Amino acid sequence: MIEIVSRERCIACDKCIAVCPTNVFDRGADGIPVLTRQSDCQTCFMCEAYCPVDALFVDPRSHPLPEPPDEADLAAEGLLGSYREQIGWGRGRTPGARLAVGPSLNRSGAPLTS
Amino acid sequence: MTINEIDADVLVAGGGPAGAWAAVKAAEAGASVVLADKGYLGTSGATASAGTGVWYVEPRPEAREAAMASREGLGGYLADREWMARVLDQTYANMNELAEVSRYPFPVDDDGRQIRRGLQGPEYMRRMRVRVRRAGVRVLDHSPVTELLADGSGAVAGAAGYRLRDEHPFRVTARAVVLATGGCAFLSKALGCDVNTGDGALFAAEAGAELSGMEFSNAYAIAPAFTSVTKTAFYSFATFYHADGSVLEGAGSQRGRSVIARTLLTEPVLCRIDKATPEEQRAMRLAQPNFFLPFDRQGIDPFTDLFPVTLLAEGTVRGTGGIRITGPDCATTVPGLYAAGDAATRELICGGFTGGGSHNSAWAMSSGTWAGRGAARHAAELGGRATGRPVRALGEAGVRPAGPATGGHAEYVRAVQAEVLPYDKNLLRHADRLVPALDALDRTWRELAGTLRGEGAGLVRARSAAAMTAHARWMYSAALARTETRGMHKRQDLPEQDPSQRRRLVTGGLHEVWTRPETAALAVAS
Ligand SMILES: Cc1cc2nc3c(=O)[nH]c(=O)nc-3n(C[C@H](O)[C@H](O)[C@H](O)COP(=O)(O)OP(=O)(O)OC[C@H]3O[C@@H](n4cnc5c(N)ncnc54)[C@H](O)[C@@H]3O)c2cc1C
Ligand code: SF4
Ligand code: SF4
Repeated sequence: MIEIVSRERCIACDKCIAVCPTNVFDRGADGIPVLTRQSDCQTCFMCEAYCPVDALFVDPRSHPLPEPPDEADLAAEGLLGSYREQIGWGRGRTPGARLAVGPSLNRSGAPLTS
Repeated sequence: MTINEIDADVLVAGGGPAGAWAAVKAAEAGASVVLADKGYLGTSGATASAGTGVWYVEPRPEAREAAMASREGLGGYLADREWMARVLDQTYANMNELAEVSRYPFPVDDDGRQIRRGLQGPEYMRRMRVRVRRAGVRVLDHSPVTELLADGSGAVAGAAGYRLRDEHPFRVTARAVVLATGGCAFLSKALGCDVNTGDGALFAAEAGAELSGMEFSNAYAIAPAFTSVTKTAFYSFATFYHADGSVLEGAGSQRGRSVIARTLLTEPVLCRIDKATPEEQRAMRLAQPNFFLPFDRQGIDPFTDLFPVTLLAEGTVRGTGGIRITGPDCATTVPGLYAAGDAATRELICGGFTGGGSHNSAWAMSSGTWAGRGAARHAAELGGRATGRPVRALGEAGVRPAGPATGGHAEYVRAVQAEVLPYDKNLLRHADRLVPALDALDRTWRELAGTLRGEGAGLVRARSAAAMTAHARWMYSAALARTETRGMHKRQDLPEQDPSQRRRLVTGGLHEVWTRPETAALAVAS
């Protein structure tokens, strides 16, 4: 589930509010999104893909954590913005789709591409 | 309260691939089009977050023949060759449009040719949003449809819904409606599927349409335990284990899923992706970055560590049941109403099984294309005759209960989930468990239809609860009516395929659910 909106990184662009399929976010008084409906989060990682400054973190577990993870630790492990990087979104990156040639599932067959 | 009133030739409900293609093709055919999505066109639905392999086959007769033959047995011989051939043609055309019109960045092979057999979800649907908007379609995000409108003759004449961000209702009067609201995964939190609560099927049934193949509704997908990521292809490189480290015999991603389910009823199942070479491991990361999110973010190395897995219900998302299609333009039995993608039945191209992908995405783009064009043609034929016709709203359970209204949608959702999520009820089917489950669902329906009404955003949740309850009842009614094992519908009490039941089952009704064979048994394939 969505666990973190980084106050330090967020530029209050409202993208995550717009793109979240389950309408988890609302705009906070200071412009930073708040997780009004966290329990509706479907752990789809789409908000992370769209955040231009890697300010969001979606934990892969589909239930809320007792305590949000530590932002500095996540940043140190390279996990803030890692999904956006892997799909090659963001200036100067190669779209992940262009590189998406996977293994073939039956060894002799064609490679998987998604 | 302000109500947004909009008029259009065609309303498309749902903005996954099926709805997006429907909107583009209706607009290209000259219709004025509104697309309303519960979430956001571009991120919402199963495809956007999951990504899909696509049934893209070069138009060489041997290749097409092999593609059609490959799945007929698995699907229980309920598919139709003519529809398969049409879908292969249309999918080929649409994928080429994605390359040429949307400039989708397909990977290239060693000869520099694009490989067009798969689509990364975020990239695909972001580009579809651009194309939909360039086509002049008016897009309403965060605007779930909550019911259909009909004219005096019963023809569908638009829809009503609720704008979640602006917090007010909206109404679109339209000459034709395409339902592309996806399948139903019962809020199981499978990847990208919580928006898919079967709403379209409920709306269709309220308008008098029929469903087909609802017994093929027990898709379950492997995910690392406690996570949402139901990407399953790479489990064909996996071995499954008991907690003590001994191998779980017979367990597998494709055919051994019921072994996993049976084991999970009493003990954990562990997994390790230990059959991939280092080169294959690297390639996996490129093909499906989302597959690795649960591992990378929990410090698991899936190639060397054992990790627990679960099975998440995907219901009719990767099942094949849905609204019954009655013509090549994806019309339904109701004038003015069209269905596409997972909201519609996919039996026509894959019978009772879809399993490892490709057909669903091909169906979504093909049926979306046809439904969009069909709806535009219907709108043009109606022309000025539809202007200003009186309309009435068709919604019942969750919006206009039979008796005094109360809330409580969450309890209804829990009651439905208790009957459809457990493996021993839905996946490992047996009359001894299906009959009481259906009884419980019927009781839930009666109570819900009698009393439930939501207001504002609560209306959307109440309608989703009603839709899931109706879906579950159609599923189990059809599952009991198909007294054999065929496709993904596996009856433990009736494990054989019965040649006299080689025909599709049609289901419908809200207060009284009914099921009937569509035709006499189809002749055995030559
Ligand atoms: C993890 C996963 C992997 C998959 N992999 C493959 C694969 O490899 N190959 C393949 O062929 N298929 C695959 N599938 C299936 C494929 O994703 C679906 O068949 C496809 O997304 C169907 O497209 P759709 O447009 O009908 O539905 P969706 O993509 O689910 O979109 C439905 C849309 O309708 C909207 N909606 C719902 N209710 C309402 C309402 N009341 N009003 C307005 N809008 C509404 C939703 O917000 C959503 O945007 C996979 C599915 C999953 C879950
Ligand atoms: S992970 Fe998906 S559902 Fe959750 S907040 Fe982000 S976009 Fe919304
Ligand atoms: S998308 Fe990122 S930067 Fe924009 S509002 Fe959301 S968290 Fe802030």
